Formats: sequence, C-alpha cells, structure tokens
Amino acid sequence: MAPLTQTKTNQPTLTRRSFSWTWVGVAPFFLFVAAFLIWPTLSIIGQSFLDQERRLTLQNILELGRPFIVSSYVYSVQLSAVTAIGGGLLGGLLAYAITIGGLPRPLRDAVLSFSGVASNFAGVPLAFAFIATLGQLGVVTQWLRSIGISLYPAFSLYSFWGLCIVYIYFQIPLMVLIMAPAFEGMRREWREAAESLGANGWQYWRYVGLPILLPSILGTTVLLFGNAFGAHATAFQLTGGGSQGNVVTILIGAQISSDALANPGLGNALALGMIVIMGVSIGLYTWLQRLSARWLRS
Amino acid sequence: MAFLDIVHVQKSFGTNVAVEDFTLAVEQGEFVSFLGPSGCGKTTTLRMVAGFEKPTSGRIVIDGVDVTDMPPNRRNIGMVFQSYALFPNMTVADNIGFGLRIARRPAHEIRARVEELLRIIHMQEFGRRYPYQLSGGQQQRVALARALAIQPKLLLLDEPLSALDAKIRASLRQEIRDIQRQLGITTIYVTHDQEEAMALSDRIVVMSRGKIEQIGTPFEVYNFPATRFVASFVGTLNQIEATVVDAAIGLLAVEGQQFRIARPLPQYRAGDTVNIALRPELIALDGQFNSAMNRLSGTVEDVTFLGSIVRVRLRLAANRLSMDIFNNPHLRPPQPGETITVHFAPEACLAPGDDTPRQANAQPLSASTAEAA
Amino acid sequence: MLKRFWPWFWFLTGAAYFLVPLYATFDFSLRARRGELSFAAYTSVLNDVRFVESFMFSLQTALATIVISAIVIVPTAYWVQLRLPRLRPVIEFFTLLPFVVPAVVLVFSLARTYSRTPLTDSREGLWVLLVGSYVILSFPYMYRAVDTGLRSINIHDLTEAAQSLGAGWFTILTRVIFPNVYVALLSGAFITFAIVMGEFTIAALLAQPAFGPYMNRLASSKVYEPSALAIISFALTWAAIAAIQWFGQGAQARVAGPR
Repeated sequence: MAPLTQTKTNQPTLTRRSFSWTWVGVAPFFLFVAAFLIWPTLSIIGQSFLDQERRLTLQNILELGRPFIVSSYVYSVQLSAVTAIGGGLLGGLLAYAITIGGLPRPLRDAVLSFSGVASNFAGVPLAFAFIATLGQLGVVTQWLRSIGISLYPAFSLYSFWGLCIVYIYFQIPLMVLIMAPAFEGMRREWREAAESLGANGWQYWRYVGLPILLPSILGTTVLLFGNAFGAHATAFQLTGGGSQGNVVTILIGAQISSDALANPGLGNALALGMIVIMGVSIGLYTWLQRLSARWLRS
Repeated sequence: MAFLDIVHVQKSFGTNVAVEDFTLAVEQGEFVSFLGPSGCGKTTTLRMVAGFEKPTSGRIVIDGVDVTDMPPNRRNIGMVFQSYALFPNMTVADNIGFGLRIARRPAHEIRARVEELLRIIHMQEFGRRYPYQLSGGQQQRVALARALAIQPKLLLLDEPLSALDAKIRASLRQEIRDIQRQLGITTIYVTHDQEEAMALSDRIVVMSRGKIEQIGTPFEVYNFPATRFVASFVGTLNQIEATVVDAAIGLLAVEGQQFRIARPLPQYRAGDTVNIALRPELIALDGQFNSAMNRLSGTVEDVTFLGSIVRVRLRLAANRLSMDIFNNPHLRPPQPGETITVHFAPEACLAPGDDTPRQANAQPLSASTAEAA
Repeated sequence: MLKRFWPWFWFLTGAAYFLVPLYATFDFSLRARRGELSFAAYTSVLNDVRFVESFMFSLQTALATIVISAIVIVPTAYWVQLRLPRLRPVIEFFTLLPFVVPAVVLVFSLARTYSRTPLTDSREGLWVLLVGSYVILSFPYMYRAVDTGLRSINIHDLTEAAQSLGAGWFTILTRVIFPNVYVALLSGAFITFAIVMGEFTIAALLAQPAFGPYMNRLASSKVYEPSALAIISFALTWAAIAAIQWFGQGAQARVAGPR
C-alpha cells in the first residue's frame, strides 16, 4: 500500500504538513496507554526492586517466599490449573459436539450465542447465581436435601471446589467460543483422505485430527489458566475478600484498601509476580495460535 | 468380468436423484474420465466408488469383491482431492508414508517406498518440507504420491487440476498420465474440462444431470456424439437453423440455399425449423466442385490469424459458422466482408434426435453395458 | 442415532450445568415473600434509591468510557491503516496488554503510582482513574471492532476523494470516516457497556459508587434481592450481546469482562 504522500502530486503543501499530523493522529492512543497502563505498570515493577529508602534490592522478591504468600500463589495456580483443564476439556467436548459432532445447526448457534453472554457474565452476579443454586439455602441444595443428600457441611461453595464449580461457568464458554471455529476449520477431506489410506476413525484422530488441533487446544487452555488467575470479583464475592487462604488477586486487592502487609515493596512484588505469570501465559497462547495458523495456512 | 464394475448404481438425496442408473465396466489399467458440467453426478459417482457415499441401489464390484457395503478404509483405493488435502501437521515424507504406517509396514520398507515415490514425482529434495511451504502444484504431486504409496487397486482423482493455474495444469496433466501408464494402475478421473478428458483418457463417460450420455473413446465421443449434449459439450460445434424442404430425403434450406443431410427427418414436416450441428474442421473452403458435397455461401465476418490455424467466422442469415483452415503462405485467407462458399459432407451434419445412423462405428450405450455384464 | 449419542450427551450435560443455576437464581428471586412466588424482590430492588443511583453512575461512566475510547481508537486505527502499517503490530501488542495486566493489578498500579496526586485525593480524581482504567480495558474490543470495520471500507480512496474536494483531516475524520465505521463502533460499544456495567474490582477498590460495588454491598444485608440483581444483570448482558449480533459485523463478544 503506497503511502498517501506519493500520490498527491497536486497538493505539495498538504504533503509536508500531513507528515507531522500523522503522529498527532496516533498520539492520543499512546499518551493514554502510557498514562494509564505503561507508566503505572512499569513504575510498580521498578518499585518492586526498591526498598523503603529507595535503594535497589531483591528483598521484596525474596519476601514472596513467605509461607502465606507462597500458599496463596499455590492456591491460585491450583485453582487456575483445575478450571483451565476442566473448562478446557468440557468446553472442548461441547465445541466438538456442536460442530463435528453434527448436532442441528440452530443448536450450534444457540450455544455460541449463549457462550458469548456467559463468558461476560462473570463477577458478582455469577457469584449470586451460584449462591442461590448451591449455597446453604440454595435451590439445588434444598432439592438434594429433599432426596436425602446433604451437601453441607462437607461441601461449601466458598471452598476450593466451590470456587472451581463457579469459575468453570465462564471458562467453558470461552473455550467453546475459541474452539468451535477451530473444529469447524477441520476439513472433511482430511478425514476422507485418511480413510482412503486405510485409517479408521480412531487412527484419524490420533495421527491427524488431534495433532492438528493440539496447538489450539493447548493454547486456549493456557489462556483459560490466565483468565482464572487474573479473576478477582468472583472470588471476592464468594470469599468475602479476606486475605487468608485466598487467591493472589484478593491479596493484591487487599493492599490497596488496607496495606495489610505494611510493606509497600511487597505489594509491588506481588503485582510483579502476577504480571510475569500472566505475561507468560498470554505469550504461550499467542505462540501456539501462530503455530496453528501457520500449519493451516495452506 | 471387468476389474471395476459399477452396476445400475443410483444415488438419491431425498427426492433429488443425483445419479441415475449408472453402469460401467472398467478394465484393469484403463484410464476412464467422468466428464460433465457441475451437478451432473460425476463426483457423487466417484465418491460412491471410493466409499464416501453409499448407493441408494446398485452394486460396486472391485476385482471380484462386492464393496458396496464396505467402508472406505478397507477398499484399498487411492484418492486425490481437488483441494490436495495433505495433512498439515506432517512432512511430505510422513504424508506419503501415512498409508503404509497405518498398514503397519516396517520402517525401512516405508522409507524405501517414500523415496521411490519422491523420485517418481521429481521431488526428492522435498521430503522434510511441510505442506504450507509448498506451491499448489507441488502439493498435488505429493497428494498423488501419497495415494499411490499403498499400491491401491484403483486410483480416483476428483478434479485434481482445477485449483491450479493453466501452466501448471498442463505439465501436471502429462505427469499424471505418464505415471499412470508407468504403473499400469486403473484410474478414474473426474473433470469438467473436456480437453483434459480427451487428452488423458482411454475412455470417457460423458454425464449430464445424473445420467450417462455416452461412453466411448475420445475419438468416438468427439466424432460420433450420441446426443446433442455430448456434441456440444465435447469440442466446439456450429449450429445452423434451417427450414425443412423435404423431410423424407433430408433436404433443408437456409437463406434460399439448399443442402442435404445424410438421413431423413421423420418427425419433421416441410416448413419446420430444425437445428443442424456441424464440426468446424469438417467445413472447407470451396475448391473443387463435387456434387455430393453441400455448398453454402455466406459473408465473412471475422478472420483471426492464429499462426498455424486461421479461424474464419462466417455469417449465414442469422447463423454464425466457425471454421478453421490451415495456414498456407501461398493462399490469401478470406477478408472480412467477402462472400465465400464453403462445402461440407451431408454425413458431417448432426440432426436432433439421439441416435444417428452415423454411429455405425461407435458402440451405442446399451451395447457396451450388455457386453460387460 | 447411536453415532450421535456422545454429542447429544455433552450438549445436554452442558445445558444442564448452564441452565440450572439460571433457573435456580430466578426461582430463588421469586421467593421473597414467604410461601408465594412474587416479584417482590425485583420491586424492592428497582425502587431502591441506591440501585437507581449506582446504576445511573455506572451508565454515565460507561458512556464516558465509550466516547473517550472511540475518540482515541478511531483516529489511531485510521492512521495505522492509512499511513503507518508498520505500527500495526505495536498497536495490537498494546491492545493485548490489558489481558496481561488484570484489573486488580491495573487498579493497584494506578492507585500506587498516582497516590498523593489530585487523582487519588478526590472523588472526581478517582473517577478519572476509573474511566481511564475502563478505557484501557475496552481497547482490545474497540480496536478490533473498528479495525475490522475500517478494512471493509476503502479508506485510501475515501480519503483521497475527500482531500481532492478540499477537506482537511478533521473534516475527513468526522464527516467521512466516523459515519462509515460507526456500526462497527457499536459492537465495541456494546461490549464496553456490558463490561463497565458489571465491573466490580476497579470500582470497589477506587471506592466509587458504581453498580458492581452496590450489588456486592447488598449481599450483606439482603437475601433475595441479590438473586434478582443477578437476573437483571444477566438480562442486561444478554441484551448487549444480542444488540451486537443484531448489528452483525461478525464481531464476536469473546473473552470476559469482570471476573
């Protein structure tokens, strides 16, 4: 695409003026991003290496090794991993069912529409919905009690598995939205070519189908991990925001309201840790998606 | 008993009959094309032979075995698709060796066979490449090699050259034919390009709207078309709208000039309009006067010099006739606006009606199928 | 039919998991009055003055976010396509950053960085931070929507035509470009709307009287009203997504809002 300046032979003055205007055009974006995202984030990252007297130190990072912080990270990682794998598996099966599985077209459209809504429905209202369903006075809890199964106190919506059940509600739709097009991109001829060469259904999936889909599946699962790791509102509503035995996001949030750790450097380090984990997961996701796109280019 | 027998196969999708009463016997090593416009059922028939569609009725027998109910992965056929369908996650070598791997052949055998095939398709250096790194023509060659690797009984090709550009199409076409001859493998080739079908095939099956119009060698199908459809689909065809003068002796007139066709027209009466078809190479510029030949005069509309061929377009009343004459440096070609006379034999004319007596040398439809059964 | 057993099985299982909580919530919300089904919880919520206040507050915030985001994104996307195609990967990287910096970290960084400035000392200042955060959160969707919209019209020719008729840049942007992409903008706007209305983390941590914190506070005092709110919120999100799909453009409401 030739830049505009080369074609405007009859407006030389506009040519020169418009060059400086070009950068003016994108300046607002960069200023905005710098002010509200880049500068604060870099500042926090930088400050996590400074101590109270503004000297360079690794102490803050090391403090991340404190037991209750480590356990918080472990808790977050476990929650994110379980919901990523669970959501990935179930979401993948659902995406498969509505595409290659051959369910009627209206069903496929309905599931995709609903997934669009459900993946945006997270946070406080989602927590309310599950409290009304599986909370102590929840509809399903009562129904189970009426047929003799008593959920509580063995199960609690506010425990690890309770959080998992709730998180999966927005993990599955995200998986469906991303994987349904990937499944639909599987060409019928691949299957037929494999069959003409002697492969049965299982062999097709093992040698052709799954390998082709694997980067997408893995990448999206990693995305789901990041998605859960960064979640805050849902956990906050269910656990009340207490920083004991909770996810890292709640811990960070607690720093703002009460600076409970009395060590600003540590809060910065927590944020840094979070950014690193999220960065790695988004990076992995992008790389795997590119790999998949490259294979499927032909 | 032929190598491949398709017996009275019919395929309906609901109320839509895609293929109707298809019967064909293919000998071992033969190259047969299914030729026709889109929607004529040629691909559906191919897919039934491959096993991807099940016939609504009829039987398919390959090498003595009735495969009608057999799934595709047990039929030992090789298939080449229009879209190449190479497995994107595997290298060229792995793609070619896929069928052998499924058949659990030992690794050294697979390696040897893959190398042999890479040699046959002239792509020895490409073994480690991935499909996305190849051009369309290269991908199709690999697809061909992949299909041949398992030494299938039948090779089925579904419009393999349609997605390629003209130059590659021409060279790959020849390569396919050479390989097929070299290996002696029975082949069915689906195409809508009549030039391709004629260049490659031992026999052509011309199809239209689910039915077979004619089966024959390229020579037969071109020179003795069984139906008007075949005549117009295969090769170019001139059409003359003429008035019947005497139906009993096949005497017709156009713009006051009379000419004969070689047979009577029982279903017509004097004064009716009838459409006569004529191959361009059977029309010649009038030289010697020969009373057995028809002569018509018309005005030259257009002369195109194509090198060895000079294409002359002639106007005759509302008709336009196309004729090709060989270039002759000693003979000036006609000029636009000139009136010239051309001649052609009565036997060269095709009249409407499906069976013309001129088919003395060709096998009519029913005869060939009766032989094969 | 047996061949389709597993697809139907997974679909029905999924349907049960997703629809039961919605049904349960709706059912729960109808039981405010003992022994009968009624919309009492809903009337209670809708009549609550704090509901109206927080809802309007979030609505205004959403509108401000959409306007600012549009004003920033449209010229950027336009210039990148027209003049600076090399900048495209950079812009796309920046629009993906909000996924790397989750809401809680974003608000944490903002609060820390701008502490002891007017931004954090006053209610208005905090609101500026709020809108700023939301604009950042909206960038991925807005940029993708506008970029797609711009690609479907030939901005090179439109710009040259306008210039040959004497238009300056501002006129081109406002009279030529904006009207042609506003449908694509709409889909970005609706997602932004859904995100802002449901957002909790940033609003709560910046102590803003938004809809999210209102819902959260209600849970500590009321039993049935939160369920009614959940249904209202779901209906709102559903309406926003439906509006996007109705306006077409193929933009997809992927990736979630507040979590």
